[in-house]
Amino acid sequence: MHSESQIREPLILGHKTYAQITDDIIRPVEGKANKYWYMLFTVACLTFLWGLGCLSYTVGVGIGVWGSNNGVDWAWDITNFVWWIGIGHAGTLISAVLLLFRQKWRLGINRSAEAMTIFAVMCAAIFVLFHTGRVWLDYMLFPLPNQFGSLWPNFNSPLLWDVFAVSTYFTISCVFWYIGLIPDFGTIRDRAINPMVKKAYNLLAFGWGGSARHWSRFEEVSLVLAGLSTPLVFSVHSIVSFDFATSILPGWHTTIFPPYFVSGAVFSGFAMVLTLMLIVRKVYNLQAYITVKHVEYMNIVIIVTGSIVGVAYLTELFISWYGGVEFEQYAFLNRATGPYWWAYAAMMTCNVVSPQLFWFKKIRTSLVATFILSIVVNIGMWFERFVIIVPTLCRTFLPSTWNMYHPTFVDIGIFTGTIGMFFTFFLLFSRFFPVIAQAELKTILKISGESQKKEVAEHAHEPAPTHAH
Amino acid sequence: MGTNKKYWKGLSELNQSPEFLKHQQNEFVEDLPMTEALNGEGTTSRRDFLKVVGFTTAAAALASCETPVIKSIPYVVKPEDVTPGVANFYASTFYDGHDFAPVLVKTQEGRPIKIEANELLKKHIGGTTARTQSSVLGLYDSARLTAPYAKGSASDWKSVDAAIGKSLADAAAGGKEIAILSSTIVSPSTHSVLAEFTAKYPTTKVYHYDSVSYSALREANDKVFSKKVTSTYDFEKANKVVVSVAADFLGTWLAPAVFSTAYAKNKKVSPEKPEMVKHYQFESNLSLTGANADERYMIKPSEIGKTIVALYNEVAKATGNTGVSANASIASNPDAQKAIAKIAKELAAAKGQSLVVCGLNDTDTQVLVNGINKMLDNYDKTISYEYHLNLKKGDDKELANLIANMNSGKTGVVITYNSNPVYTAPAKTGFAAAYKKVPVKISFAQTLDETAQLADYVCPDHNWLESWGDANPVRGHYSLQQPTINPIFSQPRYQGTRQAQDTLLKWAGVKTDYLTYLQAYWQNHVYPMQAKYGDFYSFWSNTLHDGLLHVHFAKAVEPAVIEPMAKDSSGKPLMTGVAAVIADSLALKKDEKKEKAEEKKVIAAEEEKKLPDVDYNAAAAKATAAKSGTWEITVYEKVSLGNGNQSNNPWLHELPDPISKVTWDNYITMHPEDVHEQKFGEMLRQDVDGSIATLTVNGVSVELPVYPQPGQAKGTIGVALGYGRKVESYKVAKEAGIDGGANAFEFLSVTNDTIQNISSEVSIAATDKIHQFAATQIHHTIMGREEQILRETSLAQYKEDAASNNPKAFIHTNQGERPVEEVDLWAAHPRPGVKWGMVIDMNTCIGCAACVVACTAENNVPTVGKDQVRRTRDMAWLRIDRYYTSDMTRKRAEEEHIGGRRMYLDMENPSFNPKVTFQPIMCQHCNHAPCETVCPVLATNHSTEGLNQMTYNRCIGTRYCANNCPFKVRRFNWFNYQGNPDYADINPSQQDLGRMVLNPDVVVRGRGVMEKCSMCQQRLQAGKLEAKSRSAYKRRCY
Repeated sequence: MHSESQIREPLILGHKTYAQITDDIIRPVEGKANKYWYMLFTVACLTFLWGLGCLSYTVGVGIGVWGSNNGVDWAWDITNFVWWIGIGHAGTLISAVLLLFRQKWRLGINRSAEAMTIFAVMCAAIFVLFHTGRVWLDYMLFPLPNQFGSLWPNFNSPLLWDVFAVSTYFTISCVFWYIGLIPDFGTIRDRAINPMVKKAYNLLAFGWGGSARHWSRFEEVSLVLAGLSTPLVFSVHSIVSFDFATSILPGWHTTIFPPYFVSGAVFSGFAMVLTLMLIVRKVYNLQAYITVKHVEYMNIVIIVTGSIVGVAYLTELFISWYGGVEFEQYAFLNRATGPYWWAYAAMMTCNVVSPQLFWFKKIRTSLVATFILSIVVNIGMWFERFVIIVPTLCRTFLPSTWNMYHPTFVDIGIFTGTIGMFFTFFLLFSRFFPVIAQAELKTILKISGESQKKEVAEHAHEPAPTHAH
Repeated sequence: MGTNKKYWKGLSELNQSPEFLKHQQNEFVEDLPMTEALNGEGTTSRRDFLKVVGFTTAAAALASCETPVIKSIPYVVKPEDVTPGVANFYASTFYDGHDFAPVLVKTQEGRPIKIEANELLKKHIGGTTARTQSSVLGLYDSARLTAPYAKGSASDWKSVDAAIGKSLADAAAGGKEIAILSSTIVSPSTHSVLAEFTAKYPTTKVYHYDSVSYSALREANDKVFSKKVTSTYDFEKANKVVVSVAADFLGTWLAPAVFSTAYAKNKKVSPEKPEMVKHYQFESNLSLTGANADERYMIKPSEIGKTIVALYNEVAKATGNTGVSANASIASNPDAQKAIAKIAKELAAAKGQSLVVCGLNDTDTQVLVNGINKMLDNYDKTISYEYHLNLKKGDDKELANLIANMNSGKTGVVITYNSNPVYTAPAKTGFAAAYKKVPVKISFAQTLDETAQLADYVCPDHNWLESWGDANPVRGHYSLQQPTINPIFSQPRYQGTRQAQDTLLKWAGVKTDYLTYLQAYWQNHVYPMQAKYGDFYSFWSNTLHDGLLHVHFAKAVEPAVIEPMAKDSSGKPLMTGVAAVIADSLALKKDEKKEKAEEKKVIAAEEEKKLPDVDYNAAAAKATAAKSGTWEITVYEKVSLGNGNQSNNPWLHELPDPISKVTWDNYITMHPEDVHEQKFGEMLRQDVDGSIATLTVNGVSVELPVYPQPGQAKGTIGVALGYGRKVESYKVAKEAGIDGGANAFEFLSVTNDTIQNISSEVSIAATDKIHQFAATQIHHTIMGREEQILRETSLAQYKEDAASNNPKAFIHTNQGERPVEEVDLWAAHPRPGVKWGMVIDMNTCIGCAACVVACTAENNVPTVGKDQVRRTRDMAWLRIDRYYTSDMTRKRAEEEHIGGRRMYLDMENPSFNPKVTFQPIMCQHCNHAPCETVCPVLATNHSTEGLNQMTYNRCIGTRYCANNCPFKVRRFNWFNYQGNPDYADINPSQQDLGRMVLNPDVVVRGRGVMEKCSMCQQRLQAGKLEAKSRSAYKRRCY
C-alpha cells in the first residue's frame, strides 16, 4: 500500500468504513426509488417515446420530413451524431487514460462516465444509422460476404471508417464497463434477500467469487482494456472529423480537425459527466464520494480542453486568412458574419468564453455555477457541430446554390428523443447498477479517505516507531 | 453424311484409363450413404436430423416469401416496326394555337414519350422551346375529356351530332350567324374543311383571334406595304446590330425558337471569326432577351412609342431621310435617350445587316418600326413580308366584331376551336357575358376549360399527338402532322375524343374521314407545287417521313379564296393534282442562282403594285400619345407557361423562370428600390418571404405577391399570363401561386383596335399578408468569384488575345508551379475504348431552359411541387444558373478601401440594371469525382467511358456525395415522389395516364436514393448500339 501526500485533499469525505461504502453505494439499488426518480423517469420516457414516434415517421415517410435539403444534405442528424459521440468520449478518457495515469479521483466518477459513454454512443448510432435514405439497407455499410459478386464497401470513404471506429469504440466501451461492474454485481448478489434478484445478479456477476485470483485477473483485464481503449479516445473522434476534413468543402477541408475534434469531445464529455454527477450525488446522497474536489478536477479539464478548442477556432480563422484561398476565406467569414452568425456567436460564447470562468476558484468549486456552465458547454458544443455543418453547406462554391436550412419538428423531436433515451437509460442504470465503482473505490479508502488521512496525519506527529533488531 | 468425329471430355476418356472405365457408368463418383441412412445404422444423429429439418423448413418458408410480380405482357404478334426497347421516331408538327414547331416524336412501344426538334426544318421554322418539349405530357393529362359533353354532362357522339346538326341547320335557315372562333389556323386543309362547312351552312363566319395578339404587325404591314401579313425576321442575317424595343424575341415573341437559333449563330465567336452581333434592348420587364442584350435600357411601357419615334428620327438623321415631328423624350431614362443617337449611327452603318423589332401590339408604333427597317434597307435582307409567316394571323378587330354580333343576337351558334376566349379575352371586352347570350355554344376543347364550361356542347378534339394534320407556317413551307398513338380515349371503353376536322366534316355532310380529305387536299394543292416526286404515293410517304416540304417560292402561292373540293359520286374528294414539270425543277435545282433570280422576279412582280404613301407623322403622333402613370404594367408571357394553354402541365410549373428562377408562382415583378420604397418584403440575403399586394389594373383587382426583380424599370411592374385558371379538373394549375394565381389576361385592354399588354391605369396597395416564394435559386450574384466560376472577356480583349481572362490554372508544388492537369492525388483511370464529354458554348447559351424540360422528359425527373422546391429539393438534373452583376467588385473594394465583410455584403445586392449571365450546370462527370471517394457503399463510381455513374440499387442515401459535390448537382429523393399521396396530383408518374410518358430506358428512382445527370447514358448506349450495328456488324457479316 502506498500513501498519499497530506496536501492532497481527501477523495472520500467523512469517516467511512468498507461496510459503509458498500451500504452507501448499493442502497439505491436495493431500496425503492424516490418520487424524483419517478418524475424524471416519466419525463425522460415520454421524450424518448416522442423521439421514437418521430423516428418511425421518418422511416415510414422519408428523410424529407427533416429540414435537410439538396444543398444542406446533412444538418441536425450529423450535428447530433458528432455531438453524442463527443459526449461519449469522457467515459473512456476517465476510465482508460486516467487509469494509466493513476489518477485516483477517477474512481468516484468512472462508472457513471462509462455508462454515459455507452448511452451516448447509442444515441449517436441512432443518427448515423437513421440518417440514410434507405435504413433497411444499412447492412451494406458492413463488409459482409454477399452474392453481389465481389462487392465490398468503399474503403476510401470516411463514412466507412466511421462505421469501424464507432462500432469498435462501442464494443470496447461496453466490455470495459461490464468488466468493471462484475465485482459490484457480486456484492449486490451477496447482499440480496429476494431470491429472484439474487439469481439475476448472480447471472450478471459471472460467478464472481472475490478470491485473490479473481481480483488479480480483474486488475489485469482492466489494464489491458485500458491499454486497448486509450488509442480509441483519440482515434474515434479523429475519424469522425475525417468525415469533414477529407472532403473538399471550404470550411471542412482543414488539417486541424482531428486534434480540435478530440479536445472538443473531451470538453463536452466532461461537461456532460459533470451535469450527470451533480444530479447523481444529490439524488443518491453520494456527496462523500463525489466531492467538490472531484468537480474541481473536472472543471480544470474543462478549462484546458475549452482553451484548446478556443485556440483551434482562432487558428482556423487565421489560417483561412493566411492561406489566401478565396472560398475558404469566405467560408469562415460567412460562419462568423453570415446568416448563421448567431450560431457562431453562441458557439464562441459557450465554448471559449464561459469555461474561462473556471479560472476563478470560487466558480469552479461552486456546484450551482458548475452545473449551469456544464450545460452551457454542451449547448456550445452542439452549436460548434451545427456551425461546422450547416453554414458551410449553405454556402459552398457556386453562389447559385446558396440556400438556407430550417429544421422541422421531426428534427427537433428525434434530437430531444435521444436526450430522452439517454436519460431513460441512465436513470435505469442508476437504479439497477451501482453508480460508483464501489469495489474499486475501496482500494483508495485507506489512502484518500478523509478520516484515514487525518489518522495518518496524527500519527505523523508521534515519533516514528523504532524497530528492534 | 455421317461423321466419325468423336468428342472426348478429357484425357482420361481419350486414353480410356481404368479409373475412367470404373466410374464410367456411375453418376456419383463417391458412393452416397443411402443404404446406411435407410437402414438406420448410419451416423445420422438426432442433431443432424434436426439440422436437416430446420434447414428444409426454413428453405421452404423462404421460398414461399415471393416478391410481388408485375406481369408484363409481350406482343403476341409483334408489329413490324416496333421492337420493344428500341424507340421509333416520327416526324410531326406541333401546333396548339399558340406555339408552332416541326418536331420528331420519340415513341416507345407505341407511346409518344419525348419531343425532339426536326433538324431538317430547324433553319426555317424549327427548334423546340420548353413548351414544345412539355407538350407531350398534355397527351397524358388526366383533365382531358373522354366523351362529348352536352349541357354539362357526358353524352355520346351520336346524340350530340344529331342535336348540333339540328341547331346548325336551324341557325343557317334562320339567317343567324354561325361563328367559328379560332386561334390562327395554320393548316391549309383545315381552311378547306371550313370551306366545306361554310358551303353547307352559308351563314358561317370564321373569326381569327390569338390570345397573345400580333395583330398590329399585320396592320402595319398593310399600311406600309399593302400586305396584311406577318413578316419573317432573319436574325442570322442581322449579324451586326439588333435593336429590340420590348420584344422578347428569344423567349416569347412571335417565333422564339427560330429567332434564338438564328441569333445564337451570331454569338458564336472563334479566333477565325471574332465577330458578334451587337444587341440593344429597351424594355421595362427584365426579359430573357433583355438578359442577353449587350446593352439594356430600362424604359416605361408608355415610352415604347417614344423610343421608337426617337430611334426613327435618329436613324432618319443618320441615313439622310426626314424625320417625324413628335415628342420623343424618354423622361424616365435620359441614358436611353442618349444611347439612341449612338445606336442609330451603328444601325446606319450596318444597313441590311441589322434589325429593329418592337413588341408593342400597336399599329402606329409598328408602322414606324417598318419605316426604320425600310430606311435601314433591311427589307428582303433581314426581314421579309413576301416570305411571310402564317402564324399569328389573329385579328383583334374580328374579336370585337364577334362580341358585337353575340351581344346583338346576330350570332346563333358559336364554335370555339383551339382557343379559350372566356379565359383569354381582355376583361373589358365583356366576352363571357356576350358568349352566354349565344343560343348554341360549341367548344372543341380537350378539357373542360373556362369556355367549355359555359358551352352547351363540348366535342373534345384529339390531342395533337393523336391527330392528322398539316401546316403551312411560312410561305413555301409545308409540314405534316401524323398520329403517333391511337386515340387514348376511344370506343368501346370511352365515348372518346374526335378530331375537330372530322367533326366539322361530319357536320358539313362530307362522307370521308379527315385523313382521306387531307391526302386529297395535298394531292390537289400541295403536290402540284413541287417537282421532286413524280407520283403522289412517294410524295406523300416521303413528305410524311421528313415531316416537311419546302416548295419553290414561286409556286407557293396561296389561293386567295379557298373553295370546297370537288367530290366524286360517293362523296369522296377527287384527287386530281399533278406534280409540277420535272424538267423545270431539275433545272432549278442545278442552278441556285436561277432560283434566286426567279424568286426576285416573283417579288418584283408582286411589288409592282405601288406602295401606299405612309403618313409617318400621324403615326408618330399617335404612337407617342400613350399617357404615363405612377405605376405602369407590362403583362408578359412566361417562357414556361406562355398563354396558359398548357397551364395544367407540372413540368412547366416546375420549370424555374429563366430570370427570376421562381417556380409554381404568379407574381408582380418590381424593382428592388420600388419594393423598398413601398415597404414590401425585400427578400434580401436569401430570404424567401415576400409581401402580398393588391394590384388594380384597368379596374380589375387581384392579390399577388411582390417579387423584387432587379432590372425592372422603376415605376413599372410586370405580371405574367397563364395563371388563375378556373378549371375544376386542372389539379396542377391550382397548385401554382395563391390558389392558382391571378389571370393577367383580365388586365389587357383594347386601344386603337388592338389588344394592349401595357397599361398606365395601375395602382398597388399593400396587404399585411406574407408569401413564400419557391425559387430554385435564391442567391443572385457571383460574389466576386468570376475568376473561378464565371470567366468573361470582352470582344475587344478577345480579338487581342483569345485566352484573355482565361488563364491556365497552376498548382504550387514542392517542384514549383505546375499545370493543374499534371498534379493528381489519384492514379489515372484506365481508359479503354469510348470516352464521353460534353461542351456547352457559354457564349451562345441564352438561358431559354428548353434543355431543362427536355432533360426532365428524357430522364423521368420527378416533379415535386412548390413546397419541396421552396425547401431546395427540386429534382432537375440540369439547371441554368443565372447571375446578376453587382455594383460592388473586388477592384472597387480595393480602390475604395472597403473591408471584406462590407464588400461581401454589398456583393449580395444586384446592380440597378444588372447584366445577366446564364450558366447551365449539370453533373460535370469529374475525372476523379469527389462524390465517388466518399460514398461508403460504392454506389457512385466511374465508368470506363469517363462517366460518373449512379447505381441506384446500391445507394443507401447517406447524401455524403451531395455534400462533397462542388457543383451541387446531386438530387436526393427525400420522399417517394412516385408513390407518396402528397405528390399524386403534381407528379405524372403517379397517375395511370401520366405514367405513360415515362421513358422505359430510364429507371424511375425510389425513395432515399441519390440521383443526378447520367449524361443520358441510355442515349449513349443507343448510339453505341446503332454504331455497332451499322459499322461492325454490317461490315463483317454482309
